[in-house]
Amino acid sequence: MSTTDSSRGKEAKESLEDKSVIAPAVLGDAPADERRDVKRPAEESRARKAKKRMSNPLASLLAVVIAVLWTIPTFSLFLSAFRPEQAIKTTGWWTFFTDPEVTVNNFNLVLYGNENFASFFINTIVITLPAVIIPITLALLAAYAFAWIDFPGSDWLFVAVFALQIVPIQVTLIPLLSDYVNWGLNGSFWPIWLSHSIFALPLAIFLLHNFMKDIPRSLIEAARVDGAGHVKIFFVVLLPLLTPAIAAFGVFQFLWVWNDLLVALVFGSDLQTAPLTVRLANLVGSRGTEWHLLTAGALIAIIVPMGVFIALQRFFVRGLLAGGVKG
Amino acid sequence: MDFLLNADSAGEKILVMLIAIALFVAVMALVLYAVDRPRHVPGWLAAVGFLGPTVLLIGFGLVRPAIITIYQSFFDRTSENFVGFDNFAQLFASQDLRQVLYNTIAWVFLVPLMASFLGLLYAVLVDRSPFESLAKALVFLPMAISFVGAGIIWRFIYEFRADLGDIQQIGLANQMLIWLGFEPYQFLLNGPWNTFFLIVVMIWIQTGFAMTVLSAAIKAIPDDMLEAARLDGVNGGQMFRYITIPAIRPALVVVLTTIAIGTLKVFDIVRTMTGGQFGTSIVANEFYTQAFRMGDTGLGAALAVVLFILVVPIVVYNVRQMRLSEEVR
Repeated sequence: MSTTDSSRGKEAKESLEDKSVIAPAVLGDAPADERRDVKRPAEESRARKAKKRMSNPLASLLAVVIAVLWTIPTFSLFLSAFRPEQAIKTTGWWTFFTDPEVTVNNFNLVLYGNENFASFFINTIVITLPAVIIPITLALLAAYAFAWIDFPGSDWLFVAVFALQIVPIQVTLIPLLSDYVNWGLNGSFWPIWLSHSIFALPLAIFLLHNFMKDIPRSLIEAARVDGAGHVKIFFVVLLPLLTPAIAAFGVFQFLWVWNDLLVALVFGSDLQTAPLTVRLANLVGSRGTEWHLLTAGALIAIIVPMGVFIALQRFFVRGLLAGGVKG
Repeated sequence: MDFLLNADSAGEKILVMLIAIALFVAVMALVLYAVDRPRHVPGWLAAVGFLGPTVLLIGFGLVRPAIITIYQSFFDRTSENFVGFDNFAQLFASQDLRQVLYNTIAWVFLVPLMASFLGLLYAVLVDRSPFESLAKALVFLPMAISFVGAGIIWRFIYEFRADLGDIQQIGLANQMLIWLGFEPYQFLLNGPWNTFFLIVVMIWIQTGFAMTVLSAAIKAIPDDMLEAARLDGVNGGQMFRYITIPAIRPALVVVLTTIAIGTLKVFDIVRTMTGGQFGTSIVANEFYTQAFRMGDTGLGAALAVVLFILVVPIVVYNVRQMRLSEEVR
């Protein structure tokens, strides 16, 4: 009895292990929610199982505990940003529920007062837009070249670009800074745009290339037969098909640049160019107990990427799965 | 034209931004127009147009500086005198810098393991529940928050008020301690546990990433496989051990390695929350401090190189695992 059991277990395990390799391939191609539409008997029994698991009180409790633990930190910051200075500094935010007091004064102070976050908000926008548009455009062209142009050394160059993903940007900062200083560019936006664009390229090319090579060859061939050159094929045939991929990497790069501290700190910490993150980090250093300013300032810095993230979550997840799991 | 380098007002800044974008578009249009002019474009010429700017930029901004940094790591703080491996030796000789290495190792093990564990647990718990998408969004959301923002959020949670008479705690963590009958605690000051409380912040951010990827992997397990196992009388725990884990193994490896690499490079959390004081610094933070605040180019470069060296084995492991799973197929 025991022998048959164990051999059966082993069989099941083996059959699994060779299926396991299919998983990542399946993963990248179709987002999971699309596959959920197909209801098969097994699927239904699985849903029933899931229901059973959720009705397991311990499991539900655990899930709720994790969800609450993950939400409370952000929630407490958002709530505190609307409490009066005196209240934030002397009582916990949870006392809000017994003694609610609301004000927008903190935002007025931090945006237009000494901290002048309004101007740093503009810096962040000015930094972010070109630092998203430029690398996406360059990477699209490069990915096209790797996928659809035959040229000597193509494979070799692609592997090199792919491998450069692992270079930590810290390795490049010291020499780049001294170049920018020598060229008199330091203190302007140009070094920040240039650096962000360069640092984004390897991952962007890799991600967009993944999407690009999924486009059927016949489409490209057909356009070629019609006499279209590379430039025309790129703009007329490929670009419209790549909109989801562009959105996916766009969200990625937007979050990265908007939230970046390191690049901005090294190349653009002057008041004229500093983004919100740099200002916020300085505020922690200089006025680390002024919680009415810190909470309101942090909320201002967080709210835009959070909105973008919620609105474009679908694309972001797709980019994540295509980039990370497909390898 | 001074405003191109010295934009003061909001209007000037936006103008410079538009000029930069227009300039970029114009250059790219010119390059593409030039390579598309001839009737029959040879492959290499088209490649130069499409790929040339990118290769130039990567060469200038990644390859060349990386080589210079490696070179500088063998020189002194002003890059004038060759010192051999002295900078690297100093990393192990100095008590403070050794602490930095230990902390980094703690980060690079704890963050990926805990984030993946919690992400996997949560993904399994909410899988196909009626509130799945909401439940996932809640855990996913911290990924949109900057590390600086997260640092402030958690500093607020860890905020300490001495326990004197009617003074109330304003940080949730200390209030919890008081509710439980303990004394308030200096979470960010007292080593070695303060490093652990910083690590919690990174786990909080990365769990959403792990959950998303692992949840997609779980959903990709074929239903017949689960059904077959169930017919064989496999119970819940065995199902997880023998079916789910092997099936999502490739995704798990990617998640672990991706988070590990990300963790190595993060310096914002430490910088925002403790500034690297009280024995909490990590390599990425120490790099910034040494290179740009202390002006020690040699030691800074050496720390950057160490960061690079630490990333390599993780990537090699990742690639080997990927090869393995491809071979099986």
